[in-house]
Parts: sequence; C-alpha cells; structure tokens
Amino acid sequence: MTGIQPLVLWTDLLLFGLLACTLLAGWSVRRSEPMRAAWRRVGESSVGMTSLTILMVFLLVGLMDSLHYRERLAPAGGEQLAADDRRQLSTEVRSALDALAAPLRTRVEKTYSAPLAYQLFARQTVEGPDGSQKREFPRLKHGGADLKYPEHELDGDIVGRIGMGLAVAAVAWIVFAAVLVKVVAMSRRVPAGAAWRAIWRGKGGPAWRAVLATLGVMLLLIGPLAALATEYHVFGTDKVGQDVLFLTLKSIRTALVIGTLTTLVTLPLAVALGIMAGYLGGWVDDVIQYIYTVLNSIPGVLLIAAAVLMMQVVIDTHPEWFETAAERADARLLALCLILGMTSWTGLCRLLRGETLKLRELEYVQAARAFGVSTTRILARHVLPNLMHLVLIALVMDFSGLVLAEAVLSYVGIGVDPGTVSFGTMINAARMELAREPMVWWSLVAAFIFMFVLVLAANLFADVVRDAFDPRAS
Amino acid sequence: MFAYIVRRLLYAPLILIGVNLLTFALFFVVNTPDDMARMQLGAKRVTPEAIERWKVERGYDKPLLFNAGAEGAETLTRTIFFEKSLRMFVFDFGRADDGRDIASEIQSRMGPSLAIALPTFVLGLLVTVSFALLLVFFRASYLDFAGVVLCVAMMSISGLFYIIGGQWLVSKIWHLVPISGYGGGLDASRFLVLPVVIGVIAGIGGSARWYRTIFLEEAGKDYVRTARAKGLSELQALFRHVLKNAMIPILTGVVVVIPSLFMGSLITESFFGIPGLGSYTIDAINAQDFPVVRAMVFIGSLLYIVGLILTDLSYTLVDPRVRLE
Repeated sequence: MTGIQPLVLWTDLLLFGLLACTLLAGWSVRRSEPMRAAWRRVGESSVGMTSLTILMVFLLVGLMDSLHYRERLAPAGGEQLAADDRRQLSTEVRSALDALAAPLRTRVEKTYSAPLAYQLFARQTVEGPDGSQKREFPRLKHGGADLKYPEHELDGDIVGRIGMGLAVAAVAWIVFAAVLVKVVAMSRRVPAGAAWRAIWRGKGGPAWRAVLATLGVMLLLIGPLAALATEYHVFGTDKVGQDVLFLTLKSIRTALVIGTLTTLVTLPLAVALGIMAGYLGGWVDDVIQYIYTVLNSIPGVLLIAAAVLMMQVVIDTHPEWFETAAERADARLLALCLILGMTSWTGLCRLLRGETLKLRELEYVQAARAFGVSTTRILARHVLPNLMHLVLIALVMDFSGLVLAEAVLSYVGIGVDPGTVSFGTMINAARMELAREPMVWWSLVAAFIFMFVLVLAANLFADVVRDAFDPRAS
Repeated sequence: MFAYIVRRLLYAPLILIGVNLLTFALFFVVNTPDDMARMQLGAKRVTPEAIERWKVERGYDKPLLFNAGAEGAETLTRTIFFEKSLRMFVFDFGRADDGRDIASEIQSRMGPSLAIALPTFVLGLLVTVSFALLLVFFRASYLDFAGVVLCVAMMSISGLFYIIGGQWLVSKIWHLVPISGYGGGLDASRFLVLPVVIGVIAGIGGSARWYRTIFLEEAGKDYVRTARAKGLSELQALFRHVLKNAMIPILTGVVVVIPSLFMGSLITESFFGIPGLGSYTIDAINAQDFPVVRAMVFIGSLLYIVGLILTDLSYTLVDPRVRLE
C-alpha cells in the first residue's frame, strides 16, 4: 500500500497559525477607520503594491514548502503491517513544493555543472566502449539529455523553450488580468471596460496597475525559467549535483520562517513589558529597564552564539525526541527563531515604553482613570490600540534584518541546521567554490538574486507601511 | 551632573552582575558540565572516568553554587560560580580549552581588531554623513531620489556579498591587494585597505538613509529658514546649522559603539584572516570553546556599558540644554 501521511512540523504549525492570526487581526480591525485609511494609503502606493506582489509570490513558495508529508513505503519482504504502523513511513520528509518540483529535486547530476550546460563542469576520465581511457567533459545525466547533437541544437532548443515559456506566461497574465478586472468591475458596479480603463490609468483605489505590471514582469521571468527548468539546470548544479534553482526555492521557506516566527517571541514580550514599564512606572519600570539593559549590553551575535551552543548541547543529548532528521532540523530552526526573538525584543520594548509614558498623560487616559476604570481595561482599551501602529511598523521593518541576520549566523556556524537549505548555508558553501579554478559562481549568484529581491521587496514594503501608519511622517 | 555620573557608574556593576548571572545560567544550569563533557568528548569515548577527567582538567568538578564539603568561606569560593563567573570581574578569565591564557590572548588580539575597526568607523562616519548631506542639499530632486533608491538597494544586500564580491574583484581579478592575511607594523596597511573600504561601503546604505531623515527633519525647521532668509547660502545653512543640531540623534547611535570597536568584526576578520578578537570569537564558537565565549560576552557587555556612559556625557558636551538628572 502506498500513500502519504501528512506531517505537521512545529514551524509549519506556527507559520500557518501566524498567517491565520494576521488574517483574523486584519478582519477584526476592518471597522477601525484610521487603520483602514492607513491600509488604503498602502494600497494606493505603487511601490507598496509592487513589493507586496513580490512578497506574496515568495510567501506562496514558502507556504507550499511548509505542507509536509511522509511517504508510505511498501513493506519489505511481504511483511504485513497495520495501516497505522509508523515503521512503514519513509524517513524522508517531503513538502508540497518538493512534489511539485519533483523534476528539479530528482534530477541529480554527479557534481558541478554550469547553468544551462549539457556537460559536467570538470573533466573526468571516461572509459570508452573499447576500453580506452580519455579525459573529457562527460554529458550530464539529465541536463540537456534529450539533445542528440547538443553542440548544434542547444541554442535553438533554449530559444524555443524561452519562447514557449513566454507564451504561457502571457496567457497566464491575460487570465489573471481578466479575473482582476472582473472582480474590480463587480466590486465597483461598473462595466468591465470602465474598470479596465480605470486600472490602466491608475485611477481610484488600490494601485492595481502596479500589481499587474509586477506580475507581468515576474511571469515573463518565471515562464521561461520553468520551461527551461524541465530540461536544464537553469542555475547549474552544486558540488553533489543538486539543482541550484531547487535549493534557492527551498531557502525561501527558511528565510520566511526566521523573518516571521521570531515575532512570536518579540511581540508578546515587547508589548507586555513595554506597556507595563511605561504605564505602571515605579519599581516595575526599574526591573524591566534593568532586564532589557542587561540583554542589550551583551553583543547580539555573542548572546545568540551562547544560546545556540547551549541549545545544540540539549538537542544532541536528546536524540530520542526526534523521529526524523527533518524534525530535528526543524526543532533547531524553531529554537533559532526563539533565540533571535529573545535577543531582539528590547528595541521595540523601549520604543513602546516611551510611547506609553506619553499616552498615560493624555486627557482621555486620565479621564478613564478618574472614572475608576481598571488598569487592565485602560491598557487594553486606551493604550494598546494607540500603540499598534508602532508594533506593526517594527514587525515589518524587522523582517528584512532577520533574513539578513540568518545568512551571517549560518556563516558563523550558529545558524540553521547544516541539513536545512537556507541562503546562509548556500553562501557558506559557495565561498569555497569561488576559490576553485575555474570559478564556480552560479550558486552564489542565484542566492544573491533571490535574497536581494526578497530583502529589497521587504525593505520597500516596510517603508511604505511606515509612511502610511506613522502619524508623524508625511 | 556629578551625582548623575556617579549613579550611572554604580549602575554599571549591577548590569554586569546581571550579564554574569545570565551567562552562568546559560552555560552551567541549562546544561550540566556532564552534558558538555559528553558532547565535547564525542560519542565514542564517553565513559564515566573520561567525563570525570574532563571535568577535573577544566575545574568543573565542583558544585555549582554551594560546596558543602568545604569549610568556612571555601563553601562559597570553591564552587563553579565563584571560580568561573565571579573571577571575571578582576579580568581573570582562566584558560581556553587549548590551555592558553584567555586574558593575554585578548590583549594581543585587540590591536589588529582596532586597526580595522577604527578606520572603518571614522571613514564610514565621514562618508555616510557627507553622502547624506549631499542628498539633503539636492533634496526633492532626481539626484536625491536616485540616492535614496541606491541606499535601499545597498542595505538589501547581505554584508557577506560585499566581502565576497570585494575580495573577488579587487584581489582576484585586479590583483591589487592580498586576499587575506595580516602583517605587523606598516606592512599591515596592505592587508587593511580592502577590509576597511568594504566595511565603509557595506555600511553606507542603512546609515546614510537614516542620517538623511535626521538632516531633512532639521532642515525643515524655522531657525534654518531664518538663517536662509538672513542670506546664508544653502551650504552654509547646512554645515553651520543643520549639521550641528543634528548631532544629538547621530551621537546616540554612534558613541555607544566606540568602545565596542575593540571587539572587532566577526565576519570581516574571519574572511580576511585577521588575528583579532572577532576571529578569536568565531574560532571559539566553532570549536565550542565555552570559556572563551563567556569571556567575550563579559568584555563585550563591559564595553557596551562604557559606551552608554560615554553617550550620556557626550550629550552634555554637544547640547548645553541637556541637563542630566
């Protein structure tokens, strides 16, 4: 019997939980006019919508890579096992992205090969059919394997595939644009033609034109990329012959997990302690200030290093906690998020404390206190809602910093598990490859492009959010 | 003023004690010395005797906080807490796992760290402030817009790429300076140019944009408009008024890191093979040399606290309105 057994890793659960909370929070503030006005400003900004579209594509890849399962293997030796016996599950944990990109994952070469190559990157000794040996570049097992005379056919084949990819991308874009126009037309109760003209001129409401343009450009890149990826290794292969494009796609999830799950720790700590310190004052303020000064005074990398080293000892001395390597790597990733969160809540906490100090002196808070409203109620009804814009801005601004931090930490050796694919581990591996002669540059370039686009989009989006939500800006 | 400084100075040891307790909890309570011994010895050689020997060699064979077997004051002093944590206050860091004295190692490695960090810091500050002033001078023009876009793009690139790219371009393609290494005396400058230049470039994006916002806020104030109305040229207004008054927010971020320059940069030193404190820390992390990591945490926090006090003092120097209470 074959089949799959879904497996929910901790980070998957938290990632989807966080997504649900975000949607829920968005739903619950829809009545708040200031919030809606701020989000409207984000929506009207072309830069905001462009970066949001890019982030959504990354998020889609990351979420697909977060649906994990284990395959059921046929029992060996005709042994009959009960349907729920865990022994028949493969120890390899796969994700929906792995299944979708199965051609990329399974077509493993022997070692390095350049982008779009049909030969290995290095000469190898090959034995001819007559037993003679010669040094040559062997053909790849998968990349360009369908070509009979690759020297002559390669360029034509690549151009043909790019053309096909562009055609598919154009069709996909037209379908998407049509659906969007229809939805906009229905929501505004105007004919589709009028809606299209409004979008085209960039008038009224969200900057749909920017979304369509961004999506168009991305599809024009993704289409040919996908068409080429079915036959070639578009970004080459790494030392053990894995497709680099596949590795970069897998890195996206790691970056997203680190950038978002860290907030699970920072948010409660910073909000609760910051408000308490600012509102209650006195010894509570002293204690909280003391705690964050102590945490702040330890250099960030060192504190993270110390905590990660200790966490590693805990994980290494308890191998029985984890059934598969993926679960152990996942625990390490989650622990890294928690540690990053423990070390990075202090900035937001200080900010919230300062803002609360100002808020508590405002008339409406003093009036509430004079009426005898309880402290918890004042904090929940009058203080917290007026801090939410700061929290939101801080969260969005932190994201890109955390993605960049992951790369550095993985380089130092205190980042993700070596078995987890991430931008940091890719860069780390690529460092050795640069010293080779001739140089192997494609892993580094691929990691650079994907990471740059992700962080740039996050930075631009953060700027737009800050401008929209910060009352002092503008 | 005097009372304030005294209070801050008294607060410093309190924070150091907090740091000390935190590292003690991290290194000895979360994991017992037995766990650490087991991991360091590896799975093959773990026998109770080996663990015991490992602990005796490193002085971990004592109780954590209270030694019931000893007499008098020794019940408190012959403990891991006293010997490993409290002794750091007199800069007695003990020995690293390879047997070398940590304190003397730190002393000899401070020089190279500073040789990179100080020029990077000073040059970086000059370059970013001038760049930000340039953008503010041309504010609301295409040049300003392009500059901001450049800043955002530059801060979206991981620092690792600056180093890898710089080493590849300058050392491997142009053969201008050695890829990595370090030499004594004047010879060192050959090795220092590239890391310093890369450090400055990598820092431009984020800080220039931040300074530009500060300058812009200041340039829009009434007194600057008055200065312009008086007939000061834009350049004079920028340098005489905007720059001076924007010093306070800039100082907050800048002065606090000055003492920490001693710590060096982990990544830069390790990429360029410079024998400073940064590479020392990285090596210790990779070798899981806990005594060294603990010592570096202690020194790092000490320098940070010094930076905090310096920040407070510098406020009074640049802004006579600030009265510390």
